[in-house]
Amino acid sequence: MIADFGRITLYVAFTVALYAIVAAYYGARRGDDRWVRSARNAIIAVCPLVALACALIITALVTGDFSIAYVSQVSSLGMPTYLKVTALWGGQAGSLLFWNLLLSLFTAAAMLTKWRQQKELMPYVIVVLGMVQLFFLFISGIVESPFVRNLTIPADGNGLNPLLRHPGMIIHPPMLYLGFVGMTIPYAFAMAALMSGQMGDNWIKTTRRWTLVAWLFLSLGLILGGRWAYDVLGWGGYWGWDPVENASLMPWLAGTAFLHSVMIQEKMRMFKMWNMFLVMLTFLLVILGTFVVRSGVISSVHAFAQSAIGPFFFGFIAFMFIFSLVWITKRRESLRTENQLVSYLSREAAFLYNNFLIIAILAVVFLFTYYPLISELFTGEKGFVGPPVYERALAPLFAALVLLMGVAPLTMWYRTSIQRLGRAVLWPAVASTVLVVVLFILGVHLWPALLGFWLVSFSAALTLWEFAKGTRARMGKGENVWTAFTTLMARNRRRYGGYWIHMGVLIMAFGIVADGLYQSETQIRLTAGESVQVGGFEMVFNSVSRFPGADDLLITQADVDLYKNGEFLRKLTPEIEFYQRSGQPMTIPSARSTITEDFYVILVNWEPTTADAATFRIFLNPLINWIWAGGIVFIIGTLIAAWPDREKAPARARKPAVVAAGD
Amino acid sequence: MTPRYRLVRWLVLALLLALLPSVALAQDDSTITDDEVNEVAKDLYCPVCESTPLDVCPTQACADWRELIRTKLAAGETRQDVLDYFARQYGDGVLADPPRHGASLIVLWVLPVLLVLLGGLLFVRLLRGMRATGPAATVAGMTDTVATGPATVAPPRVDEHRGDESLDDYIARVERELKE
Repeated sequence: MIADFGRITLYVAFTVALYAIVAAYYGARRGDDRWVRSARNAIIAVCPLVALACALIITALVTGDFSIAYVSQVSSLGMPTYLKVTALWGGQAGSLLFWNLLLSLFTAAAMLTKWRQQKELMPYVIVVLGMVQLFFLFISGIVESPFVRNLTIPADGNGLNPLLRHPGMIIHPPMLYLGFVGMTIPYAFAMAALMSGQMGDNWIKTTRRWTLVAWLFLSLGLILGGRWAYDVLGWGGYWGWDPVENASLMPWLAGTAFLHSVMIQEKMRMFKMWNMFLVMLTFLLVILGTFVVRSGVISSVHAFAQSAIGPFFFGFIAFMFIFSLVWITKRRESLRTENQLVSYLSREAAFLYNNFLIIAILAVVFLFTYYPLISELFTGEKGFVGPPVYERALAPLFAALVLLMGVAPLTMWYRTSIQRLGRAVLWPAVASTVLVVVLFILGVHLWPALLGFWLVSFSAALTLWEFAKGTRARMGKGENVWTAFTTLMARNRRRYGGYWIHMGVLIMAFGIVADGLYQSETQIRLTAGESVQVGGFEMVFNSVSRFPGADDLLITQADVDLYKNGEFLRKLTPEIEFYQRSGQPMTIPSARSTITEDFYVILVNWEPTTADAATFRIFLNPLINWIWAGGIVFIIGTLIAAWPDREKAPARARKPAVVAAGD
Repeated sequence: MTPRYRLVRWLVLALLLALLPSVALAQDDSTITDDEVNEVAKDLYCPVCESTPLDVCPTQACADWRELIRTKLAAGETRQDVLDYFARQYGDGVLADPPRHGASLIVLWVLPVLLVLLGGLLFVRLLRGMRATGPAATVAGMTDTVATGPATVAPPRVDEHRGDESLDDYIARVERELKE
């Protein structure tokens, strides 16, 4: 019953989206506003239809309707209700439907908020967004439908993948998806600008905040993903250069390059073609990412060929690529740059260096991520690229990017003199060098660490100096420090939000360098009452207990006490969680976390025969909390930059043209 | 041969030299600690579970493989011997750091370096091109349009261009203040 209803709903949504595309295109060509308005109503109507399909599948999940294959795959009777609801994105078919839902919501929101401002673009925006929606509806409706029935109805389902039951993993995928889908909107506006011939930077201004918000969600998704890995996967780290992680990192990189390079277009009317290319790249990487994250195709060519959705995604990506290229080529005349580069030492040149580095990083990550496929295709042998290869190749590029992050904001548009730049970097250079010397005296002797710390602190000092300069300038107007600082940020949110983001990245970078080069670990087997000394800590093993958890979970929990200098700190409880039905074990670490260091312990093994012996793995992660703290600063910065304007009119009254164009 | 190509050649040569395998030390202790096992297992990837390093993989198969590493180390095999053994048995796909020959040498070493270098050359050429097309007029410090800024000592303080207002105003003002 639900299955039929759901499938019909998706078919209707498909038809409506198809109609919207045709009507919008026809209306725009004929200049007939009635067709365009009808198309708008149709594309908005897709939203409630997809929402209905989602509601149906959630109903089936909550009521345990195991006649539907998807429900029996990702849920079981014993699961708590909130997990049954979030099982909507717990499997491939469901998460693709969820993608549909988010896209239709974003599309409707774009239609309702931008309709008046961008009348000429809108029909084409409908066409592009409609095409994407149509593709995903096709996938959800026919190829990978969540409404497929089971031939025999099982008594209970398999339950949600244990990895996905952790709270972090419940919010991580929606964040990533919000970012993914959000990036579709700027792409659609860019294409609409090309198709309508309205090539100004209107599309950039209109979608600036969209892009930033989508990027915010992507960043959140990446940070939460790292945190989840650290908390749940139990390998002492937060990022493993896993293909799935890379698949979401790549659109983020392209989006980052785009966010920077649009500033040159807005200011200097340069690089229009390059921006079109970047927004297209971001979108294509989003589609590729969606596909990779869900299907695990990187593991082998055969998995790709066998997966039902593989060829369709591949075809869609190829189609959108050609579609975009055709339009960019068609309009290349109007995409000409209107301005010349005056100096290699200027803000616009700095943005270009930034783009070069980010795209280089992206290219390397892309190559390494898809190396298994390339290798298998050409040599027949499965290849693999581990973290050491990534780190070696990317470290110099990231180092250059960190340096640029600090120096670039000092440059001015058109040109900056060497002397001026030299004066500006002098004190931050001295301060960061002093810091590194102090670190050396304190015992940091690895040269990559010293270099890394110097780069990061130098850029951080420069960024802080920017804040100080701005605040001082405002204080000259008779404001106190706090007012000066806040007004500065409020009046230049995009700029100072950007600096906050840079600070967040730098704080993270400090933690990444420290943890990457100074993480230490040991593995040891202890019997009850025994203890181990690690880096000034003493860990005493008390006992192991085994008890059932929610659903079919069997928890083996160790009880250890942590001391430092003979003083009791706290009890830690690393666990092995065993999901009996799926036979999948998970090692859940337990950590004592401080701003300087994490004591992170994993229960590796417990031997029931010898009753009270257990093997532990202990990691000392220095400064790892800086990564999360930096992440928070990063998110705050993005919020500052993306926050909607409140007092638009009075502040910019002297520039009416800008007010009209800005959003 | 232009200096540019010579540079590329040197870079490639330097890179290849850097890649010479480092000699691993043999261990002949019969009591191999978990840490020593993990030190090797860390650079191996579970052939069954996707992208999980062998040292942290919780499955039984991986536990057995770790024991195998222990046995081999105890028998006096070096770290490299063990890695080679696993690569022979299960293919190069189990190595975190793929061997530097054949496809992996080309795709993971030569190609990225070439890509970045070529990209760099292209980028430099692009920058030069943009400068070259920039009329010499800019040198004279005059402005025919607002867009082409004067190239005199003082950077243009024109605020005609849109975007965040007073972008460089603050800096200018601060500098003026500092001089006072």
